[in-house]
Amino acid sequence: MKLLRRLAYRLGQAVPVILVVAVLAFFLMHLLPGDPAVIIAGTEAGPEAVERIRHQLGLDRSIPEQLIVWLWHLAQGDFGTSIIHNESVLSALADRMPVTLSLTLVSFAITIPVGILFGVAAAKFRNTWIDSAVMFLALVGVSVPGFWIAILSVILFSVTLGWLPASGYVPLSQGVLPWLLALLQPAAMLALFQIGFLARMARSATLDVLDQDYIRTARAKGVSEWQTIAKHAFRNTLIPVVTATGIILSLLMGGSVVIEQVFALPGVGRLIVQAILTRDYPMVQGTLLALAFMFVAINLMVDIVYTWVDPRVRYD
Amino acid sequence: MTEPPAELLAPRRRFQVLRRLARHRSFRIGFVIVVLLTLAAIFAPLITSFDPTAMRARIRFRPPQAAYWFGTDNFGRDVFTRCLYGARLSLSIGLGVALLSGLVGTIAGIVSAQYRRLDAVIMRLMDGLMAFPAIILAIGLAAAMGPNIGSLIVALSVAYIPRTARIVRASALVVRELEFVDAARVSGASSLRIIWKHLLPNCMGPLLVQLTFDFAYAILAEAALSFLGIGPPPPAPSWGNIIAEGRDQAVESWWIMFFPGLAISLATLGMNLLGDGLRDVLDPRLKVET
Repeated sequence: MKLLRRLAYRLGQAVPVILVVAVLAFFLMHLLPGDPAVIIAGTEAGPEAVERIRHQLGLDRSIPEQLIVWLWHLAQGDFGTSIIHNESVLSALADRMPVTLSLTLVSFAITIPVGILFGVAAAKFRNTWIDSAVMFLALVGVSVPGFWIAILSVILFSVTLGWLPASGYVPLSQGVLPWLLALLQPAAMLALFQIGFLARMARSATLDVLDQDYIRTARAKGVSEWQTIAKHAFRNTLIPVVTATGIILSLLMGGSVVIEQVFALPGVGRLIVQAILTRDYPMVQGTLLALAFMFVAINLMVDIVYTWVDPRVRYD
Repeated sequence: MTEPPAELLAPRRRFQVLRRLARHRSFRIGFVIVVLLTLAAIFAPLITSFDPTAMRARIRFRPPQAAYWFGTDNFGRDVFTRCLYGARLSLSIGLGVALLSGLVGTIAGIVSAQYRRLDAVIMRLMDGLMAFPAIILAIGLAAAMGPNIGSLIVALSVAYIPRTARIVRASALVVRELEFVDAARVSGASSLRIIWKHLLPNCMGPLLVQLTFDFAYAILAEAALSFLGIGPPPPAPSWGNIIAEGRDQAVESWWIMFFPGLAISLATLGMNLLGDGLRDVLDPRLKVET
């Protein structure tokens, strides 16, 4: 019951955010220098052709009118149509989303255990060389440009050693192993930044917990050190970690735009970049918006999981 | 742990803050790295005698050697020289983003803390901006505004404003409930005076910490955007577009993209260390070390 109430409350909160996001995406397109109709029609086109395209895009109406039309279309699930490929934004997204989701999920599956393990180990062995090493690695992870280390990794593991494919995507339908093999390197490279971020967070969360009275009690009772960490400390460490997963997913999706480019993965990131380079504005606008909607949904889910992990959380 | 935030200390104790910063190990390392890179950027023409954009066909693709420390690229340009001049552009972009997002974020944060009626409007706008992953928002904005340095700075700033605004708002909300602010209010101080004399100075610590991290993110994001082809336009070198241009020769001539990447890592590492130190000293509530 409480969960349902919270869900309803959060949904209510998400509505204005979604509206703001839609309006922002609309104005993004209107920020463009020059006349989109002229750009789309090309330099060869005569004035009638430009006028026709302008009318097609609805650019001959007033801005408030255009905004209302845009919102009305969105409400009906119409995110716009590419002006280059004559394909709707949603169908293009449906094509590309499995790749980006696969990449994100594999990367997430690497990030979470490694990041938590590093963080908890650093806290357990606080002020030893283990702690210093983990924290140094975490700092390097958040300081190195991901695409750069990815290119270096390709040179080492794909070009020189030939262990992993350098680029390309294999759909899951062709087998789990080939799929995983294609994604392993990009996902690991994508995970580096997040692992650093998560390890630092997990470390400070664990340190906080290890100071608590109930940990001392557990130790005093003679519970083994391993059990103390695993049973008593770890569960409480999870709370800030769950909060961080929303940020991590957001970082992963953002980072995948760049990593997809390095490994030539046909995902949403490449879709956006190609749309930008070919000046396919409705596509840029539609995909950005769809991604933002996904985030609002992800954050909602994280919030619900949060309530479930930490029963103390209440909503007032 | 129980000490009040540095900003609430008496002036005499501010020297102690500086002393503690000077004694903080990661702050010291970060400070040295950042100062050295800044000096290298400022005095680039004195350090190298080459021109960063001069093309010399006879010395293309030279590996690192005594004359060309970081080798030469596909146009025969000296990579070391380009990295030095690239520091100017990349660090300026980082600084520009930190200043612009700091300024706008502070105004937004303070206004929503002080004028409660605007709070909901401003914060929903910030939530809307935060719904886009920062790098994707910056990509969209930079693409919309065209490839130049100004639009890059604006695009990245917009992406980081919401975080800054939230942090400033959170600190200002705490401070405005404190007794000395009440005292100022009952003695007739205007809203602007309260903002200027009480709220702003007391938000400086967390703000400064956030801005150093924004600086670091901006350097990384500039590189990523350049790599995607929407960074500062060539031939003016930035660390990002040197890597982007060297990418096609990454296997045979690794040095073209290797050294600018190292420079980015070093600069970001320096800013992050600096930020960690500032956070430990200025904002002890967030301190993780014991």
